[in-house]
Amino acid sequence: MIVAQAKPIEEILEMIDKYDKILLVGCKGCVAVCAAGGEKEVQFLASAIRTARKTQGREIEIREVTLERQCDPEYVEQIRGFAGDYQAILSIACGVGVQFMAEHYREIPALPGLNTSFMGGALEQGVWSERCQGCGNCVLHLTGGICPITRCSKSLLNGPCGGSSNGKCEVDPEVDCGWQLIIERLKALGEFESRFMEIVPIKDWSTSRDGGPRKIVREDMRQ
Amino acid sequence: MHLIKAFEEGMDGVYVAGCLEGECHFLTGNLRAKKRVEYVKGVLTTLGINPERLRMYNLSAAMGSRFVEIAREMTEMIRSLGPSPVKTGAGREFPQEQEEGEEQ
Amino acid sequence: MKTESRLEKVLEKGEFAVTSECGPPRGADPDLIRKKGELLKGVVDAVNVTDCQTSVVRMSSLSCCLILKEMGFDPIVQMVTRDRNRIAIQSDILGAAALGINNILCLSGDHQRFGDHPQAKNVYDIDSIQLIMTVKQMRDEGKFLSGEELTKVPRLFIGAAANPFADPFEIRALRLAKKVAAGAQFIQTQCIYNLKRFEEWMHRVVDMGLHEKVCILAGVTPMKSVGMARYMKNMVPGMDVPDEIIERLKGVPKEKQGEEGIKICIETIQRLREMEGVRGVHIMAIEWEEKVREIAEGAGLLPRPRI
Repeated sequence: MIVAQAKPIEEILEMIDKYDKILLVGCKGCVAVCAAGGEKEVQFLASAIRTARKTQGREIEIREVTLERQCDPEYVEQIRGFAGDYQAILSIACGVGVQFMAEHYREIPALPGLNTSFMGGALEQGVWSERCQGCGNCVLHLTGGICPITRCSKSLLNGPCGGSSNGKCEVDPEVDCGWQLIIERLKALGEFESRFMEIVPIKDWSTSRDGGPRKIVREDMRQ
Repeated sequence: MHLIKAFEEGMDGVYVAGCLEGECHFLTGNLRAKKRVEYVKGVLTTLGINPERLRMYNLSAAMGSRFVEIAREMTEMIRSLGPSPVKTGAGREFPQEQEEGEEQ
Repeated sequence: MKTESRLEKVLEKGEFAVTSECGPPRGADPDLIRKKGELLKGVVDAVNVTDCQTSVVRMSSLSCCLILKEMGFDPIVQMVTRDRNRIAIQSDILGAAALGINNILCLSGDHQRFGDHPQAKNVYDIDSIQLIMTVKQMRDEGKFLSGEELTKVPRLFIGAAANPFADPFEIRALRLAKKVAAGAQFIQTQCIYNLKRFEEWMHRVVDMGLHEKVCILAGVTPMKSVGMARYMKNMVPGMDVPDEIIERLKGVPKEKQGEEGIKICIETIQRLREMEGVRGVHIMAIEWEEKVREIAEGAGLLPRPRI
């Protein structure tokens, strides 16, 4: 899922400083799962903003809405009836949601309440870790199910660099050496001999963001 | 959410009473509550509201006199801090924290 | 394909090779690199110029190599894949060859988090092994990575780095095998203090027959002080400094520690010369380039052979 984190509240307050009537929109998708932009977070943020304003002797009107998702026009349209009454839309969905708000409600500024970071999953409650970079050409079957693009700090395709130490990456003692993980896994699967010694050729990055903004079309699913 | 809401409504102070650590009927409920109280204290600090206005106490349901003690302690403290800036609209209770690395 | 590289010729002759390195300046002054060059005249068969080592911005390796070439050296241009994509890399390979640089060392490069610009975007379009393959393809097949032909092949002697002390230990010799299969012709290792562990690695390398396919130059660095030894032991990933070295340096008074460090370095070189498969030594005296001559002399490596 997409993992994001709430922006510092000072930053949000500065963003909305000139507004006194805003629409705060959350999302029940990924950001609810990582406790950054779901219904609970909408309620908390709205209350915190109002508290901050009162402290300054100012007022603000905040309408709180949480949509099923903000990455589908069907749901984004649900606020059509009243969005125009507000000076700004503060979206605490991921970056996709904020942009969909901006695209659908062209006259109303769409503001991001979150910093969207990566595609990842939960290691335990409250801890999410990056797993996928969206390179567009998955090679997980060659590396024992561990992604060298994402888990190796240098995205190496041919094995660990000289900075791998005690199973950790030289970049951060908290970060596992991706290649150590791959090697251990290949060994456990009995694939080490067959996979490791093969020289992996240079990657075609044109399927990744480097090739330009991407789009996927399923003709069989179009209306 | 309830904690921040209370301050939004203009409460001068809020205290959370939880079971003694290690004796929670729900095992870790009081520990989770503690973490959430810390989180909200952080938000209050950022907004310039004295985080001491929010406190957590641990006691068992049988400790009646302790409860009275706490109530008095909290009331005294909040009285000395004065009304919440949320009520008065008078601005931050203390200056904004300097950014790390900035000259003092 | 043979190149004009002096290093290649020395190794062909079966001589024990000596290389060293120069760190470029943090400014646009060419004299700073010339001064370092002066200290190494007659001491080395070839000299590396590092490429923004530890991700700290310095004058480019290629430009410093040209300055050293003008002084009569056979420079080794170091190229990391951290900062350049395949387009820039192939372009620089052609440039190096055109300027008469005969050797290239292919590396991934330290992550930018270590350096003075941690906010930079990192490139890593290709890795060090793919870089070796790239140089080989351009040189031996006369083709760009796109498959199209280039007009004149770059004749470069291809090198790579090896760290016998990084983890996981068991695969270090295998990783060397991969580099050799990709086309590496000479190897410079991380500096060696733990001779026992290095010997273990060399045994595996010899067992795999790699010493016959690639020329291994063992890296050494003299310790300036016990502080430096401790720092390298604890703060530098992939570095193995045994306690005996630290004890030895501790055992002498502060003013004598540098001397002791050089003694240890010379002894290390002498031990390395006796190991099967070690074809030379790479003396890295970071910010202590003036001692390289003393070390080479002390280890009986001078004068360098006539080619």
